[in-house]
Amino acid sequence: MSNGRHLAPRPGFVLDVDRNSPPIVFHHGEGFRLEKLPPGRSRVIYPAEPLEGLADPDGAIRHALDNPLGDSEPLRALLHSDMKLTIAFDDISLPLPPMRRPDIRQRVIEAVLDLAAEAGVDDVHLIAALAVHRRMTEDELRHAVGDRVYDAFAPDGRLYNHDAEDPDGMVVLGETPHGEDVQFSRRAAESDLVVYVNINLVAMDGGHKSTATGLSGYTSLRHHHNVHTMSNSRSFMDQKNSALHASNWRMGKVLKDAGVKIFQIETTVNNDTFGRQGPMALLQKREWEWSTRDRMQFLAMKAGLDLMPTGAKRKAFSSWQAPYALTSVQAGEIEAVHEVTTANVYRQQLVAVEGQTDILTMGLPYICPYNVNSIMNPILVMCLGLGYFFNLYRGRPLVREGGVLILSHPTPWEFHPVHHPSYIDFFEQVLADTTDPAEIERKYEKQFAEDEWYIHLYRNSYAYHGVHPFYMWYWGTHALEHLGRVIIVGGDPAAVRRMGFQPASSLQDALEMASDVVGPQPTITHMKNPPILMADVT
Amino acid sequence: MKALQFRRNLPRYAAARIAGGFVPGGGASAGPLSLIDMDPPTAPGPDWVRVRPRLSGICGSDLATVDGRSARYFEPLVSFPFVPGHEVVGDLDDGTRVVLEPVLGCVSRNLHPTCTSCADGRLGNCEHTSFGDLEPGIQTGSCHDTGGGWATAFTAHRTQLHVVPDDMDDAAAVMVEPTACGVHAALAAHVPDDGVVVVLGAGTLGQVTLAALRAHAGPRTIITTARYPEQRRMAGLLGADLVIAPDEVRRAVRRTTGSRAIGAPTIDGPREGVVDRLTGGADVVVDCVGSSASLTDALAVVRPRGRIVLVGMPAEVTLELTPLWHREVELVGAYTYGTEILADGTQRRTFDMATDLVRDADLGRLVTATYPLSRYREALEHAAAAGRRGAVKIAFDLRYEKERNDL
Repeated sequence: MSNGRHLAPRPGFVLDVDRNSPPIVFHHGEGFRLEKLPPGRSRVIYPAEPLEGLADPDGAIRHALDNPLGDSEPLRALLHSDMKLTIAFDDISLPLPPMRRPDIRQRVIEAVLDLAAEAGVDDVHLIAALAVHRRMTEDELRHAVGDRVYDAFAPDGRLYNHDAEDPDGMVVLGETPHGEDVQFSRRAAESDLVVYVNINLVAMDGGHKSTATGLSGYTSLRHHHNVHTMSNSRSFMDQKNSALHASNWRMGKVLKDAGVKIFQIETTVNNDTFGRQGPMALLQKREWEWSTRDRMQFLAMKAGLDLMPTGAKRKAFSSWQAPYALTSVQAGEIEAVHEVTTANVYRQQLVAVEGQTDILTMGLPYICPYNVNSIMNPILVMCLGLGYFFNLYRGRPLVREGGVLILSHPTPWEFHPVHHPSYIDFFEQVLADTTDPAEIERKYEKQFAEDEWYIHLYRNSYAYHGVHPFYMWYWGTHALEHLGRVIIVGGDPAAVRRMGFQPASSLQDALEMASDVVGPQPTITHMKNPPILMADVT
Repeated sequence: MKALQFRRNLPRYAAARIAGGFVPGGGASAGPLSLIDMDPPTAPGPDWVRVRPRLSGICGSDLATVDGRSARYFEPLVSFPFVPGHEVVGDLDDGTRVVLEPVLGCVSRNLHPTCTSCADGRLGNCEHTSFGDLEPGIQTGSCHDTGGGWATAFTAHRTQLHVVPDDMDDAAAVMVEPTACGVHAALAAHVPDDGVVVVLGAGTLGQVTLAALRAHAGPRTIITTARYPEQRRMAGLLGADLVIAPDEVRRAVRRTTGSRAIGAPTIDGPREGVVDRLTGGADVVVDCVGSSASLTDALAVVRPRGRIVLVGMPAEVTLELTPLWHREVELVGAYTYGTEILADGTQRRTFDMATDLVRDADLGRLVTATYPLSRYREALEHAAAAGRRGAVKIAFDLRYEKERNDL
């Protein structure tokens, strides 16, 4: 029995459910469900407890800049007064949820700017490397880089969002041996040095992807954000078996050969998503370790949420900022840096799991990379469940081929019109015609990608690019090929059916429906995520 | 003879309006429509003949009348009591099978000389409606003197009758009249070659207009709104390139035309990404609904200097006309039929074109269910809920009415 104090954070854990196991908390959008899993054939994968953060994050950052990895000089040696310096940084999609101030990006960028100032560098631009994501608002940029940096650079146009559709601002630097065009930010391409500031939340982040994707546009993205790549990634979270990763690495080589010099700074955070104290803390506790007070608190929170209007719930959840702590920072040459970064991600997130399951269950939370301060629309539900969470494995998928995935999420037929205008059209037109990723790609992608209105909204408003919903759907390609059925518990039936999935009103109903596919008495595995875990399936 | 008669009865009219508000078609039970035995109408002149209906369709305008939703505009244009029914295939006494062209123009009113419109074959535009030898009534089915199709017999002027080809069955024949409306609307649309046309509504009028556009115009794309699955399926079969839900029309037209869109700002600020109206839009919108909502949609999606053709019968509507003014949009009505002037300068009777189209597009399949007169309440409720119940056209089947065969 836990007393709540541990000498060291406990690793991830697989619980075999028995008759004494308490109900399990499932994330369910801006709410939760308590679900009793069948004993004797169910298991729950718990994430590891948060690793201890670095005691002196600013000191660790300065140390990383002065002691680079791989074939790189220290940052201060790369800076000189007459140079053109571009600092690019991860956008609003990282981390999730947004972290409490000071954001890691702010800490790193301030350290980089201190060195640049010491070297007398005047020509400095800061770019939110958002590729075809929506532009960040002033508040979001301030949160990421801090008020001091924002006030120093934004007013005169030296801190801005990447614009992948700026005809004068983008340049094609070459082609990979696979015939992939490498399109890049002209400012970054013409800089003497690009410093990239990353937050590596999951294993697919970072490395060459930071720049080859973050500072590129549709011309490049179409070569790896496509059905073929997703179908050939097992999984896209596992770099050694990811076609997405391989393509970005090829593009990274083209950038290097074209003379783009990149100094990569990568960081990792711990699993302290919901805090060790406060209203969300019990989401990081294992249910059988809940105190009476925890139970009361959870029931009160759930009852309150059940009564709240959706908008109020959304606002309440969106205001949550994670107390993430920095667990590592490394800088220098991209590939050397990323190897260490990935090891640190795995150190926090990998959980050893033996064998596959017939049915995989997931409770999907209120947030994914593309609905920060926004609405989790049905396409994003699909992407989070069948894209991100399904692919959070190494070795084999958690669920066997032909098995069933059961998601829990309200899946409202609702879209944020400013952030996701092309999603609405994708849902109304494309999914009404077909849900097959390959057919969707062939019939519709070009039309949406080149739609002038979407491009206008991407460049001038706060809209994801017209092609973005396609990528979200492609993200689920591997899962769609692998699974025998997808069921969503508690979702809007019409929205769920539009996506080709089956709605169920309760987990029990869903399990019964799943037995049509996997037979009676199936094995069940619940992936309790977030906090994030990655299954190492043997 | 047996007939469904509509009488002037204000309390019952009010009751029909209330009942129809609760259940579409409910006005049949509470309103001034009743099934009665009555004398057949007397022929008003020597050129009038008796028609014994075989099938008689239920039209949207009939339902509006039954449910007390008709515009007051029609009050001086009808004569009470009257027997509704203007979509008719029937038999003459000599056994000839005919369809009725119900418009009552100058000739049938025994007015000589005829008005300019009638002289040109544009009977629907008759300038002498409600004058002459007949009581008021713009069509058979709203004129006391002629009777109407919801009866075992009525009387018709010979010029109103078209012989049905032997190879055309009754279901197809009863579709000729509504199809003629669709043909007239499609030609009134003046669709530019390679243009984009939007058809709002996928009831009978929407479906036949869609078929007519496909047959008699050369649009690049036809977008049709349809609320129900069977309507969507049928619209696809009849040639719609894109069938969408009514609330998706603005986005669909924007995508298809490559237009940009404007979201009206609110107190919370601008709403980029919201599609309130388009900056460009469709060349032509054919409104087969005729409501405030459909006309507002039409104005939101038609391009500057585009054309809106109003086919669905409106009553009073509330409409923001600023876009009509600002974008120099043409709004034209399309009522019934007559003689059409084709692109090559030739003229054809709309009914002849409709007869061809009914055959070519197999529009007889739109007749989904038929009822005897005695079950008129069910028939009207079915017709009022046709889309939801997977139907398109509901008709009365009078072929087996005892009174018909006793006449």
